[in-house]
Amino acid sequence: MKVLIPTALRQYAGGQSAIVLDAASVDDTLGQLGTLYPDLRRHLFDPQGRLRKFVNVYVNDEDIRYLAAERTPVQPDDTISIIPSVAGGSPYSPESGTAHGNPH
Amino acid sequence: MPLHISKPHWDELRRHGEETYPHECCGVLVGSLDAAGEKAVREVIRCGNQRTDSPHNRYSIDPRELVRIQRRARESDQDIVGFYHSHPDHPAHWSSTDLEEAHWPGCSYVITSVRNGTAADTNSFELRADGDNKFFQDEEIRVE
Repeated sequence: MKVLIPTALRQYAGGQSAIVLDAASVDDTLGQLGTLYPDLRRHLFDPQGRLRKFVNVYVNDEDIRYLAAERTPVQPDDTISIIPSVAGGSPYSPESGTAHGNPH
Repeated sequence: MPLHISKPHWDELRRHGEETYPHECCGVLVGSLDAAGEKAVREVIRCGNQRTDSPHNRYSIDPRELVRIQRRARESDQDIVGFYHSHPDHPAHWSSTDLEEAHWPGCSYVITSVRNGTAADTNSFELRADGDNKFFQDEEIRVE
């Protein structure tokens, strides 16, 4: 199966945009990736070995959170996509309770 | 390294912020990255803001959209080079939330300030990673 590495993480995966592996599950796949590329492992997993919350993993078009999470099995012709989340926002002022920081 | 963008694409990402005002807009910048690390935007792809609970000061792009955009970019031999969003009635500068939620090192994060419905400043910041630390570095935008 093939693992697609996003632009942002290629520098930690030897510059590769796609890596072909022989794996039986998402867990197995990420484990192999982490062994091959320790820097990548650090970006994908926290110090306790848990997949970081901002890392989204898809098997083909399915988010593994809606499948069997890291235990999701993979087939030889599957594609795994690793996609860090994209989010943010303008400054919030909690004391005013408004996004603009203006008093009521 | 500057971020290169055409005038029509520049106008497009700014216009998006005006259209969604007073809510934040968001989208993906697809293009190319040369050997020297200079990024050039070839497409501006609008995305929906998943933060319907707080769209005036928060944005989030559905990862399913990102998967599709990344796949399409690969098929056309391009890359995701950055993202854009707007700050309604706030400066075009990254916030602590922007930094906390930024996870694409090397990519450009373009922010447009939209004041009373009109796009004002647009600035770009490249996300850099240094070990466990990450930070935004000011990035010149070259509109061509």
